[in-house]
Amino acid sequence: MDAKEFIAKRTAKFFKDGDLVNLGIGMPTKCMAYINPDYEVWFQSENGVIGMTGAPKEGDVIDPDIVDAGGAPTGIRNGGCCFSSFTSFGYIRGGHVDYTVLGAYEVDQNGNLANWMIPGKAAAGMGGAMDLVTGAKCTIVMTLHCDKTGKSKIVRETKLPLTGVGVVDYVVTEKCVFHFTKEGMVLEELAPGETVEGILAITPCDIIVPETVKSMED
Amino acid sequence: MEKCFDGMTVLLPGFVNCGVSETLIDGLMQKGIKDLKVISNNTSIKGQGIGRLVHDNRIKHITCSHIGNNTETVEKVVANEINITFVPQGSLCEKTRAGGAGIGGILTPTGVGTPMQDGKQLLEWDEEAGQYKFVSADDPIKGKRFILELPLHGDVCFIHAWKADKMGNVVYHRTARNFNEPFATAADWVICEAEEIVEVGELDPDIINTPGALVDMVVQARKVEG
Repeated sequence: MDAKEFIAKRTAKFFKDGDLVNLGIGMPTKCMAYINPDYEVWFQSENGVIGMTGAPKEGDVIDPDIVDAGGAPTGIRNGGCCFSSFTSFGYIRGGHVDYTVLGAYEVDQNGNLANWMIPGKAAAGMGGAMDLVTGAKCTIVMTLHCDKTGKSKIVRETKLPLTGVGVVDYVVTEKCVFHFTKEGMVLEELAPGETVEGILAITPCDIIVPETVKSMED
Repeated sequence: MEKCFDGMTVLLPGFVNCGVSETLIDGLMQKGIKDLKVISNNTSIKGQGIGRLVHDNRIKHITCSHIGNNTETVEKVVANEINITFVPQGSLCEKTRAGGAGIGGILTPTGVGTPMQDGKQLLEWDEEAGQYKFVSADDPIKGKRFILELPLHGDVCFIHAWKADKMGNVVYHRTARNFNEPFATAADWVICEAEEIVEVGELDPDIINTPGALVDMVVQARKVEG
């Protein structure tokens, strides 16, 4: 399985029946394909909708007034509803969203997230990310473990401008799952073929390794 | 367009291309209004909506949360042709709401510990004293912190309605509501373009999103090619 699809499949397992979930643009939207079919998971998009469906399928009628957080066409399921951006961010900051799922430039061992700006490069802006990580009950970062140069994106201390301080709860990569707890950063799960030693060798952080590390496929 | 002038602050709602007032932006383009100070969430896409104002160098400063959908805006910001102030999307909503609701500012946890707190007043909750106190970013953290965000207000706001009656009562459609509803409260002069203009009394009072009392003018929106 493609690494990004694998990350999406694992991330989707977090969501339980009735959860309200905000998926960031890009890789996080892939989670929609892996939701447990026995569960009703509700997708919120910060531009003002609960009950968002995925990208339109062939033959679907496209309504230009229904777009996702990237401005791309989407739909609204039965039982869904629309509201203003102001109301939407009230729900987000007010703690009514169960999970927010985003990408990252870097996450550090204290759960600090940097995902909106790299100094010296043109910044697109943070959009709703700062509000989402501040307000959601649980923040999950989906990312490839390393960047194109092979350097870990999970670092000891990020020097990049932050999106949020200590906001990350989980990082899901193609190699493992880290859980950020009060005690520190815990290696909770491993992908098939990965070893604890291998993860410790490529991830320059203080990592707590429990007695048993579960498989990401359990 | 008689209320529009060079250098005005204009609130332009919309989310990428959804709920953008294309017809009223036509008016700005035709009248040659320039040096705009724009408050918007983003700048549409290249060549459409707010992107047309970007392309034609009509914007001096923009306050927004995201420009990633429009490569031309990014280029012009990098070239210092447009000054930009990034504001987190939720804070942008609250700042305009404060501007439209007579509130002197808002306290938000969004952006604490990030570059968003730079140059702003920071407050910390003091549990013992039961009140907030002003702190600096470098002080040791003793309680939950909030950024004091100031209100935003504009000279003119262009809203895009699905239906409006001749009194200016407005109903938005689906996610095209987005920033139209909050921004409509925060300008001296609010112009509405509506896809359909109906007689007074045709809209159920319970479904009106923006009351006519806030809207100064209604014009027919042109059809936008999807």
